[in-house]
Amino acid sequence: MHATACDVKVLEHLALTDTIRLMTTSWPRRDKAPKAGQFFMLRCWPADVAPVLSRPISVHSYDAAMGTIQFLYEVRGKGTEKLAALEPGDTLSLVGPSGNGFDVESALGKRVALVGGGIGTAPLYQLAKELNAGGTKADYFCGFRDEPYGVEKFATLCGKVQLATDSGRYGFHGFVTQLLNPEEYDLVLCCGPEPMMKAVAKLCEEKGVTCIVSLERKMACGIGACLGCTCKTTTGGKCVCKEGPVFDSKEVFGA
Amino acid sequence: MSEVSLKVNLLGKELAGPVIGASGTFGFGAEYSDIVDLKKLGGVSSKGITLIPKYGNEGERLLETPSGLINSIGLQNPGVQHFIDHELPIMETLGTAILANLGGGCIEDYEKGAELLNDTAVDFVELNISCPNVKQGGIAYGIQAESAKEVVSRVRAVCKKPLIVKLSPQAEDICRMAVACVEAGADALSLVNTFQACAIDLEKRRPVFNNIFAGLSGPAIKPIALRMVYQVCGVVDVPVIGLGGIATGNDALEFIMAGATAVQVGTANFMNPKACETVTDEIAAWMQAHGVKTLDEIRGCARV
Repeated sequence: MHATACDVKVLEHLALTDTIRLMTTSWPRRDKAPKAGQFFMLRCWPADVAPVLSRPISVHSYDAAMGTIQFLYEVRGKGTEKLAALEPGDTLSLVGPSGNGFDVESALGKRVALVGGGIGTAPLYQLAKELNAGGTKADYFCGFRDEPYGVEKFATLCGKVQLATDSGRYGFHGFVTQLLNPEEYDLVLCCGPEPMMKAVAKLCEEKGVTCIVSLERKMACGIGACLGCTCKTTTGGKCVCKEGPVFDSKEVFGA
Repeated sequence: MSEVSLKVNLLGKELAGPVIGASGTFGFGAEYSDIVDLKKLGGVSSKGITLIPKYGNEGERLLETPSGLINSIGLQNPGVQHFIDHELPIMETLGTAILANLGGGCIEDYEKGAELLNDTAVDFVELNISCPNVKQGGIAYGIQAESAKEVVSRVRAVCKKPLIVKLSPQAEDICRMAVACVEAGADALSLVNTFQACAIDLEKRRPVFNNIFAGLSGPAIKPIALRMVYQVCGVVDVPVIGLGGIATGNDALEFIMAGATAVQVGTANFMNPKACETVTDEIAAWMQAHGVKTLDEIRGCARV
């Protein structure tokens, strides 16, 4: 399925922490329903205004009945600062859904761990929803530097929910990798900072457990046209925006 | 808008409009098929393809500037044969003209690539002697007119398709380069490719790009690209396709008034994924508002 472009309305925009925002927008294109792990290119500034490029943000939640998408994102630079200024009723343009997304079908019925770090937890909520809808309750492991966000809503969708923070202010004082025992799972699905994903992948590899990771890259087109986001894989260069962002860890970290 | 015709005749082929999706920004066209009405476009120029598949460059590939984009993709592509077997059949279904953008390392690679494309559905070969991001991307032939002349004449001898040569703004003398390519058998020219540029990462105290230099595109380069198109249109009689930072209908009209037969839209596709269609519609609206019925009426009209 190819991505499409659509101008949509902001319905709700909440600040969860100093830098984390949760934005709900309309998504009228039910024929282009996003799934867990897919993303959109977001833009709320004119074509001739900097920054030049739109910003790739993953789908935090999609509500097919309501025709709405939620984006959970971190305000990091010029693009996300402009997004953060949006108010309900404002318009922004979306290009997507892009990317392969997680293979939920093949995860159903398995013992699944979702492992998220910081804003990398964003796509795991939609993933937990889809797994739960398919009758699979995954365990959820999440790590944050200090202040966690969005953890509680995993409770009804998941089995075990475990929290770690670098600061020790909340949950376990340390890394999320210290909480995870891959041997308890058939499949580990992971999104977070690359060093964390590499650490999780290494743990899994040692125990012979499949680890699936979702990568982040700078992107220009977001739809597989410019090849600006290529990553090395064991089978050659692949477009993170189109052939990813979800890969088997052995395919991308082993390359 | 029924009385306005956007049709363009390029080397005997009628294009639906003057706007072509520029190589390297438009994939193989299909990526945009649910975003842009491709049938309105004059054509799609494929991602640069080479005889041998290429991974492209390591390290950073993209950097935004205030009004442009620096890229160091490095001609990542699946190879000419893969293009013919897998991408081209899909491009044929898009309902728009197909430009195969052909890069190369040595003249023999260009020749073999062009030969492979001979008996295919490709409408035009756009010979890329201007990729700044790989030593073997053709830029070696894009600087000096004599080198360009050699590669163009050799490819011309084996290429049965209409041959467009894409020029680099790094050419020592853009007019001499243009004339040399036409003398060597180019049926048309497209210009300009990206400008060689640089950026430094302050924290690392090193260049951002592994190749140190990379190609700048986008609105930042438009006035310089327009100057070169204006100059080249004054020294050659073949069709010139203008590109470099075109993002609006007005931008495109400037190139056409400078003498361009058609235009390409590149980086603007990243600023507005519908840019090719938007630019087309804006050209039509301008023509409508100014009582201009065909682009022939205004092509080159600004030349003094």
